[in-house]
Amino acid sequence: MPEREVPTFPADGGARIEYELQLYYWIRLIRAFEERVSHLHRQNKILGGVYSGAGQEAIVTGVCAPLREGDFLAPLHRDLGVFLVRGVEPGRLMAQLMGKETGLSRGKDNFLHGGELSRGIFGPTSMLGSSLPVCVGAALKFKMKRDPNVAVAFFGEGAASRGDVHEAMNFAGVHKLPVLFVCENNRFAFSTPIEKQMAVEDLAVRATGYGFSGYVCAGNDLLAVLNLTQRLVNRIRNGGGPELIEFKTYRFRGHSEHDPATYRDQDELIEWESRDPIPLYELYLEKRGHDLARVREQVDARVRNTIQEAVDYAEHSPFPEPHEALEDLYAPSAQTDAAEERRAARGARG
Amino acid sequence: MEITYLKAINEALHEEMRRDENVFVMGEDVAELGGAFKVTEGLLDAFGPERVIDTPIAEALIVGAGVGAAMLGMRPVLEMQFGDFISCAFDQIVNTAATLRYRHGGLASCPIVIRAPSGAGVHGALFHSQNPEAWFTRVPGLKVVAPATPYDAKGMLKAAIRDDNPVVYFEHKRLYRSVKEDVPTGDFTVPLGVAQVRRSGDDLSIVTYGGTLHQALEAANIAEREDGISVEVLDLRTLLPLDREAILAAARKTGKVLVVHEDRLTGGIGGEIAAIIGEHAFEYLDAPVRRLAMLDTHNAFSPPLEEFILPNTAKIVAAVRDLWAY
Repeated sequence: MPEREVPTFPADGGARIEYELQLYYWIRLIRAFEERVSHLHRQNKILGGVYSGAGQEAIVTGVCAPLREGDFLAPLHRDLGVFLVRGVEPGRLMAQLMGKETGLSRGKDNFLHGGELSRGIFGPTSMLGSSLPVCVGAALKFKMKRDPNVAVAFFGEGAASRGDVHEAMNFAGVHKLPVLFVCENNRFAFSTPIEKQMAVEDLAVRATGYGFSGYVCAGNDLLAVLNLTQRLVNRIRNGGGPELIEFKTYRFRGHSEHDPATYRDQDELIEWESRDPIPLYELYLEKRGHDLARVREQVDARVRNTIQEAVDYAEHSPFPEPHEALEDLYAPSAQTDAAEERRAARGARG
Repeated sequence: MEITYLKAINEALHEEMRRDENVFVMGEDVAELGGAFKVTEGLLDAFGPERVIDTPIAEALIVGAGVGAAMLGMRPVLEMQFGDFISCAFDQIVNTAATLRYRHGGLASCPIVIRAPSGAGVHGALFHSQNPEAWFTRVPGLKVVAPATPYDAKGMLKAAIRDDNPVVYFEHKRLYRSVKEDVPTGDFTVPLGVAQVRRSGDDLSIVTYGGTLHQALEAANIAEREDGISVEVLDLRTLLPLDREAILAAARKTGKVLVVHEDRLTGGIGGEIAAIIGEHAFEYLDAPVRRLAMLDTHNAFSPPLEEFILPNTAKIVAAVRDLWAY
């Protein structure tokens, strides 16, 4: 099949401007949403683990933007932005973080472990890297059923040390599955620096060993992320097999909100903070002729309203009833029901 | 028609793959070779390489990819070449698969079957003899089955494939070619979660499953013939969820219960069964619940060692006499 290149931005001027502004809204919404989450965590309104993706927003925004309905995504535990860009209602996402009944997992699990399959989002477990075989299985289904869809597996360079990641990539390579492996290399697995995790500079080189290509990309540059992802997703959709992108990035906060990240070099942090993806993209908007002051003002208001509505919705949502801890363990099935009927009948006979 | 336990599993796979195009088989050497035990023989010819997939040696991938495909509507049957190797897929089973529905607000299903050839008595030694069912029988979200007859092997595999939950299906290797039975042609299923009384008796109940069922039935015949003890034998068939009512009925009927399994004693399902009976049928008991299981060691290889640690017919007869005399 000939490869159809999709242009990075809609050719039409008006549509392009709209798309550029939509990207800006997303990247700003993610940052502000996570800042609010950190704040709510300090107020004890969000309990448990909170893993900020601040600094890495360009990756989730730029990777998700070119995807379609029906595509499958396995985000990593820091990818709150995946949920927002894919259109999960912010209120339900906030309710998920607060353990409310209206959250994605209805209070069963915290943070991002509640998936939203109607948006193609698989809720990962805390065993980092375990979602890659799952994502590859989704890609296997797409190939078997000739679905024109792509599976996208997000993982950190930390998770890449897991055997599951190797097993998944190797199988995807053998079967040329429609899967994009997205490595967010933020240089730390909790406190463990990259030098202690791998003996090569670029994780992307591993792709060669699996029979596909690996790319290194500046993960804080939204345009670079978007351009490369769009090109590769298009190639994958046309039957080209798996691809791996390693995005170089940095997390601005600790591993979790409990972590002051004192193990990091402050000079390094400052260097990366100066590569903040948001001002970088604002520079692009300015060069494109947008009135940045006006755009900021509008987006500020929209983001503020969206987040306030989400917080209000979540705070006014009820907690689950205690007995719900025993629900949703099993799918109903004709077999189980038949067994229960049989047991009940036997019980009735004494 | 009389077929072996192995043939029964093979037939179930053929029939379910014919019935539902979303059913597919994946595992090590399952396609060209037809499986290490020939359980998947003929599937490749009948359904082609897209639905009968030889995988690399990668158990976590086999189960994990099965979950991903199942979430999108497929019904994969995933083979662990030996049940012992299931440990390599442990995380995918107990964390990814078992919690999938729970953490997706009840909106996800995980219709996978993990076939695990298990069991000792075939000179398999430490890593080709294990009975790892107890690692899974305490994980909500999973179903765990261990059929002992060709009829059940076929009917329960079909039921497992049609079930919307992850099912771990333990098939005992020693039974593959040693057990034959008339199995009706045509479609039938055996419901998961229902135990079956295999032999009716009044004096004492043996509760067992899988590989030790046939030894228990033999032992019951010997005890009846030589000692006049009337032994009831209950085949659990499903280990999660347990058929608690059937277990309690067996205890209440005879007042003396011997639990037999080839899995290790400590932490085996026998302890749970004894606890259920102790909690809910204590007043019916005429003796403490007894357990006969593999000794608390590893699956030793040398014949005298293996013989020493595993349950067998003679040991069951002795335990029956012992309990009867209590």
